[in-house]
Amino acid sequence: MELLISQIVSGLATGGVYACMALAIVMIYQAIDHLNFAQGEMAMFSTFIAWQLIQWGLPYWVAFAMSAAVSFAGGIVIERVLFKPLHNASILSNLVGFIALFSILNSSAGYIWDYTIKTFPTPFGHKPLFGGLVDTHAVGMISVTVVLLGLLYSFFRFTRLGLAMRAAAANPESSRLVGIRVGWMTALGWAMASAIGAVAGMMIAPVVFLEPNMMLGVLLYGFAGAVLGGLSSPAGAVIGGFMVGVMENLAGTFIPYVGRELKLTLALIMIVAVLMVRPSGIFGRRVVSRV
Amino acid sequence: MMLEVRGLDAYYGQNRALYEVGFVLDEGHIRTLLGANGAGKTTVLRSLCGMVRTAGEIRFDGKLITSWATEDIVRLGVAHVPEGRGTFVRLTVEENLQLGAMTRRGRAAIADDIERIYVQFPRLKERRTQQAGTLSGGEQQMLAVGRALMLRPRLLLLDEPSFGLAPLIVEELFAILRRVNQETKVAMLIVEQNAALALDLAEHAYLLETGRIVMDGPAAELAADEGVRRSYLGY
Amino acid sequence: MTAPEIASGVAARARAWHLERRHLIVAGTILIAALIPIAAQSFVLFQLTMVMVYGLAILGLNILTGFNGQFSLGHSAFYGIGAYTAALMTHLWGVNYLLTLPAAGAVCFVIGFLFGLPALRLQNLYLALATFALAVAMPQILKFHGLEGLTGGVQGLVVDEPDPPSFLPMINADQWLYYLTLIVTIVMFVLAANLVRSRSGRAILAIRDNPIAASAMGINSALYKTLTFGLSALYTGIAGALGAFAVQFVAPDSFSFLLSVSFLVGLVIGGVGSIPGCLFGGLFVLYVPNIANSISTGLAGAVYGVILLAVIFIMPAGAAGFVRYVLARVTGAGRSSA
Repeated sequence: MELLISQIVSGLATGGVYACMALAIVMIYQAIDHLNFAQGEMAMFSTFIAWQLIQWGLPYWVAFAMSAAVSFAGGIVIERVLFKPLHNASILSNLVGFIALFSILNSSAGYIWDYTIKTFPTPFGHKPLFGGLVDTHAVGMISVTVVLLGLLYSFFRFTRLGLAMRAAAANPESSRLVGIRVGWMTALGWAMASAIGAVAGMMIAPVVFLEPNMMLGVLLYGFAGAVLGGLSSPAGAVIGGFMVGVMENLAGTFIPYVGRELKLTLALIMIVAVLMVRPSGIFGRRVVSRV
Repeated sequence: MMLEVRGLDAYYGQNRALYEVGFVLDEGHIRTLLGANGAGKTTVLRSLCGMVRTAGEIRFDGKLITSWATEDIVRLGVAHVPEGRGTFVRLTVEENLQLGAMTRRGRAAIADDIERIYVQFPRLKERRTQQAGTLSGGEQQMLAVGRALMLRPRLLLLDEPSFGLAPLIVEELFAILRRVNQETKVAMLIVEQNAALALDLAEHAYLLETGRIVMDGPAAELAADEGVRRSYLGY
Repeated sequence: MTAPEIASGVAARARAWHLERRHLIVAGTILIAALIPIAAQSFVLFQLTMVMVYGLAILGLNILTGFNGQFSLGHSAFYGIGAYTAALMTHLWGVNYLLTLPAAGAVCFVIGFLFGLPALRLQNLYLALATFALAVAMPQILKFHGLEGLTGGVQGLVVDEPDPPSFLPMINADQWLYYLTLIVTIVMFVLAANLVRSRSGRAILAIRDNPIAASAMGINSALYKTLTFGLSALYTGIAGALGAFAVQFVAPDSFSFLLSVSFLVGLVIGGVGSIPGCLFGGLFVLYVPNIANSISTGLAGAVYGVILLAVIFIMPAGAAGFVRYVLARVTGAGRSSA
């Protein structure tokens, strides 16, 4: 029983990482109606920028803010240059666009900063809590994620701009008919995606260490968490991320013989099993449309 | 004249859909555009909103708006209820109405207007927090009109408002349109296949056939015309 | 006779046999393909064999995604299963290599069909995740120490290249494999083309374009969708088996998620829904990463990404779409000037 609880708790700690990523993914999906496969690489690149600024002597929070700002601007550039020309193309063509972006960012980061593992500082410290199961950084990271979630949720739910962004993603033509400048909304969505990704990356890097391939595993689990929670629900995505962390840990510990080696597989199987029962994710709102 | 159209051509790719179309509409008046399927009626409305490639002159309050973007035309006070209603199906009824007022300022005035829409369309009030996609066809049409009215438009464009609706609902809808026009003096250009209803509501009518205006006169005149009666009124 | 006279004579004959320009192009391509091994070196032959292998694998994905509208990020798994089937049958059980091809196809068909059953409940992105789970699971399962006796674990298995048959003494093993792949590819592509034109093919396309209307017309969507999944897996599985013989090696990490991504890229670049496009996709996926690497080793990935972007911007409907566009302009221009 004790083992179960401690595994759940440490699962929640790793889950915090996935929850952070899942949040970025879902918020952006709400804004641009696409799954951003390059989200992890964008986050990684932003984190490297922050690292570089810190190397050049800037204090942590200044580097943090600047990285988020640069990422915000970068998101707009990526949207205008890359995805605006593709917006009439098929989903699959857009998918290849994301793959290309992924490739470019991953390769460039490796070229500029090389592949040696670097440490990334945390403002929360690494002091152990709860008997060593989690540390202060994990708690800090989860808090930041929850606060971010709250801010974004309020933004999309209660502000006019948030409503305009949701409308523009859902139905661009009707949005134009009510006067929404759809192009700007999409660019704004990308900018926010980029900035949120930067925050996620800077929270995650102290745990997984900084190197160009750091986000691959996180992105996979983040997607899994987002889908599990339901792509239409930001809170669901965060909960989904935590659940994935816990499931992965429990699978590794408790399923005999196969657990450790097939952790990822088992976690994914569990997620697919959940989707069988709730095809739109646990908290996803089923889109009901009359035929 | 609030709206003046002269020599309007429209193109879908290489295909020409409108030939030298011309008409006018004054502040507060109701005119209708009739015609069979494929005549080009929807194309006319889409041209007015900058959604189709056009050539020719479209003037609103004397301003040439032929090449303007849709978002900017909307800001002049032109609200378009499109073919198929264009409902934001994943958003709630209330959010749909709020979106109609996206270009306006003044939260209190907007909230008041939403309540006023609910008075006109009681069925929408019952469903205010429901996903718009769960509403019936008639209710979605009401919602679409309500959303358009939230703009406090000077010109309301309606594309086949009766399409797919039961006769009783259609009568209700047209009665509401008449009332709205009388109370707020919003001008309306209604594109309809249901000629009888449209000619009853409008003062002036145009008949469109394969992209060309072939008749142009007071509604009563078109209603009495032999040819129109046979082809479009069914008797 | 002069050249124009000969040409018009051929054209007249072709018309008499109801041959279209399309058939002539295909026949010409096959003829050239058949003649290549006479002059080409071993390594080039290997690459061209792999182009056909990837083209076949991409055709499998095309059948599912292009023609039936079901997303799959998991085709690397079917490719891997096909490859391991071939490896196990020849390496462990000494079965003749020719039998491994239908065996790989059958195994993958069954697995694909079974996967297609739960997939019926999932739409789009959710299906993508489920297939992605399959892709990620495959290398992990193959590396699993409990199955090491069978799969060879992380190190994988060596696969012997098949010997050419004794009645063809003049060609070597590489050339034989090339011809074998060529024949299999031609047969599979022709079958696919016929499928698309058949009644079943139309049903499959109808399900993609308007699933509700298709059901309303009496098409058994569930049956067709799962069968299509199985068929798609079959194609990619056979490609995997051929690939195993070409590379002469199977190892778990060769069949990762990244391979699925390559197939997807090849599908889009070639042209979704285009059968000949699959070969162009295979060509792209094989050669372009190498080209990128030779332009800049440090930034190979970035160069590859830029090339990908350039290609989609110029040819948003893939190579097939581009060819169609060019032909339309050329024949359209020709017609108007006549």
